[in-house]
Amino acid sequence: MAEGPVGSGTSRGNLPPLDLHVPEPRYRPGDIVDYSHLPIPPAGQLGRPDETCDASETWPLTTEMIRVLDEQDRAVGPWDPHLDAETLRRMLRTMALTRAFDDRMYRGQRQGKTSFYMKCTGEEAISIASAHALSRDDMVFPTYRQQGILIARGYPLVEMVNQIFSNRADKLKGRQLPVMYSARDYGFFSISGNLATQLPQAVGWAMASAIKGDTRIATGFVGEGSSAEGDFHAAMTFAAVYNAPVVLNLVNNQWAISSFSGFAGAERTTFAARAAGYGIAGLRVDGNDILAVYAAARWAADRARANAGPTLIEHFTYRAEGHSTSDDPGAYRSAQEREEWPLGDPIMRLKRHLVALGEWSEEQQEAMDRELVEEVKVATKEAEKNGVLGHGLHHPFHTMFEDVFEELPWHLEEQAAQAIREREIKWPEWKD
Amino acid sequence: MIEENPVSLHDAPIRSLNMIEAINDALDIMMARDPDVVILGEDVGYFGGVFRATAGLQKKFGRNRVFDSPINECGIIGAAVGMAAYGLRPVPEIQFADYIYPGLDQLISEAARMRYRSAGEFTSPITVRSPFGGGIFGGQTHSQSPEALFTHVAGLKTVIPATPHDAKGLLIAAIEDDDPVIFFEPKRIYNGPFDGFYDRPSKTWRGHAGGQVPEGYYSIPLGKARTVREGSALTVLVYGTMVHVAEAVLAEKGVDAEIIDLRTLVPLDIEAVEKSVEKTGRCLVIHEATRTSGFGAELSALVQERCFYHLEAPVERVTGFDTPYPHSLEWAYFPGPVRIGEAVDRLMKD
Repeated sequence: MAEGPVGSGTSRGNLPPLDLHVPEPRYRPGDIVDYSHLPIPPAGQLGRPDETCDASETWPLTTEMIRVLDEQDRAVGPWDPHLDAETLRRMLRTMALTRAFDDRMYRGQRQGKTSFYMKCTGEEAISIASAHALSRDDMVFPTYRQQGILIARGYPLVEMVNQIFSNRADKLKGRQLPVMYSARDYGFFSISGNLATQLPQAVGWAMASAIKGDTRIATGFVGEGSSAEGDFHAAMTFAAVYNAPVVLNLVNNQWAISSFSGFAGAERTTFAARAAGYGIAGLRVDGNDILAVYAAARWAADRARANAGPTLIEHFTYRAEGHSTSDDPGAYRSAQEREEWPLGDPIMRLKRHLVALGEWSEEQQEAMDRELVEEVKVATKEAEKNGVLGHGLHHPFHTMFEDVFEELPWHLEEQAAQAIREREIKWPEWKD
Repeated sequence: MIEENPVSLHDAPIRSLNMIEAINDALDIMMARDPDVVILGEDVGYFGGVFRATAGLQKKFGRNRVFDSPINECGIIGAAVGMAAYGLRPVPEIQFADYIYPGLDQLISEAARMRYRSAGEFTSPITVRSPFGGGIFGGQTHSQSPEALFTHVAGLKTVIPATPHDAKGLLIAAIEDDDPVIFFEPKRIYNGPFDGFYDRPSKTWRGHAGGQVPEGYYSIPLGKARTVREGSALTVLVYGTMVHVAEAVLAEKGVDAEIIDLRTLVPLDIEAVEKSVEKTGRCLVIHEATRTSGFGAELSALVQERCFYHLEAPVERVTGFDTPYPHSLEWAYFPGPVRIGEAVDRLMKD
C-alpha cells in the first residue's frame, strides 16, 4: 500500500489545489441553443494552394473552414469545383436517395424486421461528395456511416436491405450486425464495429498500392469520437512516415453516442489541426456544403495520386439523428441543436443552389422525393422475399462454421455436428 | 506464386543452420518465390532485425519489400491487414511477443475475423513472426509466452517450431497459408537446443538432427505434430523450447516417454495426441507460459474428454508460475528439470 490515505497531499503555499476538467457540452435536453460562439467564416474566403504544396502551407485551412456555398446559395471562391448541373443533380439525387433509404430502414427496425440500424442524416454530403471526387477503383475503408458511398457507387439497394435484414440472400451470410457491409467489387472494405481500426488499414492498403507502383489510392473514414483511439495515431504516423497515397477523413458530427466532441479534444483545437503535428496536409471543411466537401476531397485525392502525400480532412457537420436505433438523443442533448445548426442541411443547401442556378425547381424536388421513396420501397419488398431477421429464411445452418478458416479444422467440424444435433431438438422443422 | 517443384528432401544438400539462419532462409525463399511477400517491423530493414532474422533481405529485395516500421504494433498489424486486403502477403515482425499487445485489436477483431465477417470477400493472409519465451534474462517484458491469448481466438492459427529444420518448413507453410498465422519463435533456442540445465554449457545446433536444414523450398504442413521420440510409458505433449527440456529430463530419468512436439497449437493434431495417450495411458503437458488458462489446460481437458478410459493417472501439467517473469529469479520461475521430474514421478508412481 502507498503511504497515507488518498487525498492527503501537502499544501504548497497559496497554490490552489489541482482541479480535474471534465468536459461538459453547452446544451443538455431542454436548453435553449445558441451557436453564436461558433465561428462560421463566410464562403469563398480561403485560398486554395496547389495540390502538391508543402503540407505546412495548409495550416490556415486546418483552423478556418473551407466553404463554397454562400448565404445566397451561390458557389463562390477558389474552392468552387465548377461542377456541371448534371453532376450536381446526380449528387442531389444520391443524397436524397440515401436519406430515403435511411428513413425506410429505420422504420423497418422499429417494425421488428431487423435488430439495428444507423442513419447518416445530415452527413450525406460527406460520403457522396467523396465518392464523386474519387475514382471508381479507389479503395474506401468506411465507418458505419458511409452508406452514401455504396449508394453513390451503384451498389444495389436490395443487397443492402438483404444485409440489414440478415436474410438468406445476405451476401455476408447473416454474420454481421446490420449496416456492416462489405462490397469488394465496389471498392468498399468490410466495416468493423471496432472503431478506428480501418484507418491504419487504409494506410496499409495505400502503402501496398505504392509498393506495387499502382495508381489507385485509398481513403479512410473515422468519427471525431474514435479519433481518440490509438489507431488514429498509428494511421497518421504511418501515413506520414511512408508518404502514403491516402485520404483520411475525420467526420466531426459533434456527438459520439452521448459523448460530445469535447471528449475527443475539440475544446482545445480543431481536429484538422492535428495534421500539422504529423507534417500531413490538413483541410477543415463545411461538411454540409457538398461543393466544399467535393473540392476538398478532390484536392486531397489529386495530391495523393501525384505522390505528394496524405491529407487529413475534418468534415465539420452535425449528427442530426441518434447514434443508432439503440439510443434516444433526446436523453442527452437539446433537440434545438439540430434546428439551430448553423451549417444547415446538405440536401436543402444543394437544392437551393440548383434552384438559384435555374437548374432545378421545388416541383422537381418533390417529384424526385416521391420517386426515391418508391425506389426504396420496391427494393425493400424485394429483399423481404428473402426473409427478415428472426423469421426463418436464414442462411443454411452449416455456414455458421464456414470462413472461420479457409478449411474447416476438426474442432469446428465437431462443433458444427453439435450445433446440428441441437437444431434437430430445438427446431425439428428446420431442414438445412 | 511462382510455380516450382519442391526440392526433394532426399536430394537437397543439407546444411547445419541455427534457427535464425533457418528463418532467414525461409523468408529469403518466400520473397523470391512470391513478389507479394513483404516484411515490415521494427529494425527489420537495413539492420536486419534485433535477432538478425531479416539480415540481408532489404539489400536483396529492396526497401519496398523489406522496411523498418514506426514503433507502433497497432500500426504494423493494421497496415498489414490493409496490405493483405490489397493482395499482398505481409510477414510483419513483432520484435518481442511481449510487445504484441498494442496490436491485439487489429489481430483479434480484424485479421482473425476478416474472412468470416466479409464472407470471404477479404482475407488476411498475414504471418506475424515474433520471438517469445524466456531463459535469456529478458525480465518481464522480454520473456513472455502469450500463445494462449491467440489460441483462444477464432480464426487465428498458432505455430511454434522447436528446431531450425521445422522453423523453416513451418514458416514457409505459414506464409503460404491464406489465414492469419501467429508464428512464435522460441528465442532461447535460436542458437542451440536448450535442455533446461541452465548451469551446464550451452549447445549449438551444429550436430543436432533438428539443425540439419535442407537447402531450397520445402514446407511442413500446419496442424501436424512431430513425434520426437517414440515410447510406451508416458506421453509428453510439448512445444518450443520445452521440447528439448522434456527430452533431456526424460532421458536422465530413464523413462520410456513418447514425446510429441505439437508444432501447431491451432489447428491441433488431435489424432497424434489421442493415438499416443491411448498407447501410453499417461500424459504430461509442459509449457513455459503461466499456468492458469494456459494452453496446457486445453490439452489437459482434451485428453480427459477423449482418452479418459485409457488413462492410468491424472493428466499432469508443468508450466511457468502465475507471476510475471522475474529477472533475477529466472531459473526459479522456469519449468525446468526439477518441476518436470516431480511430475514424471507422480505420473509413474503406480
